[in-house]
Amino acid sequence: MTQRVPVIERILGANDRLAADNRARLDAAGVFSLNFLASPGAGKTSLVEQTVSRLAGRLRLAVIDGDIATSIDADRAAAAGATAVQINTGGECHLDAVMLQGALEQLDLSAIDLLIVENVGNLICPANFALGTHKSILVASIPEGDDKPYKYPGTYRGVDALVINKIDLLPYVKFDMDYFRRGVAALNPGLVTFPLSCRTGEGLEAWLDWVTACVRMK
Amino acid sequence: MHELAVTESILEIALRHGGEAGAQRITDLHLVIGELSTIIDESVQFYWDIVSEGTPAAGATLHFRRVPAQLTCQTCGHSYSPRQSLPCPACGSEDIAITAGEEFNLEAIDVEQYPVGSRSVTQNDRPTTTDPLTH
Repeated sequence: MTQRVPVIERILGANDRLAADNRARLDAAGVFSLNFLASPGAGKTSLVEQTVSRLAGRLRLAVIDGDIATSIDADRAAAAGATAVQINTGGECHLDAVMLQGALEQLDLSAIDLLIVENVGNLICPANFALGTHKSILVASIPEGDDKPYKYPGTYRGVDALVINKIDLLPYVKFDMDYFRRGVAALNPGLVTFPLSCRTGEGLEAWLDWVTACVRMK
Repeated sequence: MHELAVTESILEIALRHGGEAGAQRITDLHLVIGELSTIIDESVQFYWDIVSEGTPAAGATLHFRRVPAQLTCQTCGHSYSPRQSLPCPACGSEDIAITAGEEFNLEAIDVEQYPVGSRSVTQNDRPTTTDPLTH
């Protein structure tokens, strides 16, 4: 004879608990942390490079790079002036709290003001796995197209700030900024947004000021 | 894509609750998965057959209850599907909330219990060297 046992437990509850542990550890060390989400090619690593090289004189920076196999991104972050740790996910489509925990152990957190975690390039899976970082930043880009908020609502809804990269390509690419922004506004009202170009530097100051203010308020 | 990790998590939760309920065998799992959760039923089932092997939940049937996504307008209270539109189709407001579709839970398990007075799953599965108090 079988009996029904009520459970009602979040399936990713274990990840959520570990994420809370990661957050507590970062807080205890006084580290402010960002999680960069984006599709492949949106410019996550370029934004990491620009952010690191322009803030390196004012803040102590570290970068944790999630990638399925190579260390290309971590090498670029290190070249820009950050302490860099590479996580190779071995094919996994996202970082999770366990992977971040392992990477945090390789860093001297007491010597870091700002930690940037560069997630695996993917607009779907990373949104489901909390890491414990303080703010999630979505890096969108003009060539991806203006329909992405409509196609990936889970990711657009869960982030704390939006960078729209490659605005220097607006004259050459079909991209309806109003349509894009209406989608964003419906999913994430009032989302703080930074249109910029990592290539030309346009718009970067506002982004860097915001990041610096976040670190100072920590 | 990340269904293996998800399936391992489902197994862990089921075995823990089965153990607490004194289950000999877990026969069914009832999962609630919102439309907006990016989980593929067939993929979870595929991994389930592998990860549950050799456990008291081996061969258990997975039941998936899909919850459709629902948006609710915070201005006029109208509820609708995101397939219709993102802004409210009734009043045009963009102040909306997702009120269903993000569920991702194990709701219940069906278990076969030992006769009263015999040993439970957790006792049988526990390595003999482990101190029961620390487990």
